[in-house]
Amino acid sequence: MSLTLEQVKRIAHLARIEISDDEALTTQGHLNGIFQLIEQMQAVDTTGVEPMAHAQDVSQRLREDAVTEVDRRAAYQAVAPETEAGLYLVPKVIE
Amino acid sequence: MINKSLKELAQALAAKQISSVELSTLFLDRIERLNPDINAFVTVDREKTLAMARAADARIAAGTAGPLTGIPIAQKDIFCAEGWTTTCGSKMLANFVSPYDATVIRKMHSEAGMVSLGKTNMDEFAMGSSNETSFFGQVKNPWDRTRVPGGSSGGSAAAVAARLAPAATGTDTGGSIRQPAALCNLTGLKPTYGVVSRYGMIAFASSLDQGGPMAASAEDCALLLNTMVGFDERDSTSLDRPAEDYARDLDKPLNGLRIGLPKEFFGEGCDAEVMAAVRAAIAEYEKLGATCVEVSLPNSHLSVPAYYVIAPAEASSNLSRFDGVRYGYRAPDYGNLDDMYMKTRAQGFGAEVKRRILIGAYVLSHGYYDAYYLQAQRIRRLIANDFVEAFKSCDVIMGPTSPSTAFKLGEKAADPVQMYLSDIYTIAVNLAGLPGMSIPCGFVGGLPVGLQLVGNYFAESQLLNVAHRYQQATDWHARRPGMID
Repeated sequence: MSLTLEQVKRIAHLARIEISDDEALTTQGHLNGIFQLIEQMQAVDTTGVEPMAHAQDVSQRLREDAVTEVDRRAAYQAVAPETEAGLYLVPKVIE
Repeated sequence: MINKSLKELAQALAAKQISSVELSTLFLDRIERLNPDINAFVTVDREKTLAMARAADARIAAGTAGPLTGIPIAQKDIFCAEGWTTTCGSKMLANFVSPYDATVIRKMHSEAGMVSLGKTNMDEFAMGSSNETSFFGQVKNPWDRTRVPGGSSGGSAAAVAARLAPAATGTDTGGSIRQPAALCNLTGLKPTYGVVSRYGMIAFASSLDQGGPMAASAEDCALLLNTMVGFDERDSTSLDRPAEDYARDLDKPLNGLRIGLPKEFFGEGCDAEVMAAVRAAIAEYEKLGATCVEVSLPNSHLSVPAYYVIAPAEASSNLSRFDGVRYGYRAPDYGNLDDMYMKTRAQGFGAEVKRRILIGAYVLSHGYYDAYYLQAQRIRRLIANDFVEAFKSCDVIMGPTSPSTAFKLGEKAADPVQMYLSDIYTIAVNLAGLPGMSIPCGFVGGLPVGLQLVGNYFAESQLLNVAHRYQQATDWHARRPGMID
């Protein structure tokens, strides 16, 4: 398998990373090298093998639906690029 | 004083031979003098460190000190620490001052009374095996400053090797504690997945990431691990287990210990002199009463391919949070919201991080999910099952940590695949979620060689025992680089 330049640009868009034509070309070479390594997996017959998502076979814990955190909004918003009146500011999305 | 073990330092503090302020100042002064040559630390804050040291001295004076109260430690810059810049080696977080503590940091500061000397350099978002992907520049290996310290916990490894700190924290997703420990002549331990809380540890691949200690000896690692572990309801995969003292079995004799030698780790692909040092270490273990059995990990050659699907998939999801809205970098010029995301992420992430995000986005995308992501997870199961089978005939698995000694700065930087293959012996352990260590076992051309120990689930105490007995019989771990005066 090898990725086309168009595919590289499409994935970059999916990942919301701006990519120039030059970068896309370099990236294409690197990704295809990496996928050559990854392709070794395809030779293995894994029929009937349960996919392993996690190292420990534990289920999600539940807790009481109760407030456990204190309000630290000011501290958390202090590290944001742009805030106003307790809100995070982004470019206008609704005309 | 700089070469003393944590136990000796604790005794000196308890006996009032030295105060925590004096001890911390000693290391801060070394950092000031030597860090410009090594670049192991990215953030040092003398005032914060000394404030913690004064608080520790007060605890010691009041008789409420714990075993490591007042002992200085370096923190990998992946752990959020309140009021400290926490960069994860990235431009994306270059100005991020954390508003909260990671659980590991909280336990070390508030519970144990340890004193943080600063934050150590690392591969960007822990993605790398040489520390060369850091936004804050290369870290130099104290054993040879033209060579890499390993990665991603390269700054922590270099800091401890150069005795800029008595010990450090690290994290290990595919070998990031063990490989730099091997390359810098340290003892490093990656615990069983779920034992150390991941809360506040900036996520790379959440099903693999695990924090652990890096220090000069197994004994030091045991004492550090005691301060790091414990159930944490803020980490959804944290395991609720009874507390244990990881130093309790250090001195147990090794008579009857069965060492499993995977034939796949002793074939081609490893430097011959590295292999000779590993074999000599195993011969030493036989003298200590252990016996060797051949075991097989028949799917281990698939660990690197499976890892480079699973880890990037999880990373692409985890790193989607860096969007220039709630924290971190935002591009200075942009048009609409999408453009802001695209430019922020293009400018804020380095090349290796972008590569892994793209791999992840691809393997998770429609039409490729089954062929790549699910196939990788099935292979992960086969790899984990190989270990289950192997541990039926042995107690601990041994082999090389890394196929070579420290390589030259720049040597593998242009070829991602070559870089990925330097973790060929460590990655399977993360996929299975097992505990693993690297301990010093010799030198090739003046550069350290690491012996990897892999234990069964929750066998940290046994691994530390196996490492400690070797360190009682040998002095490889006590060797220091020439730059230490």
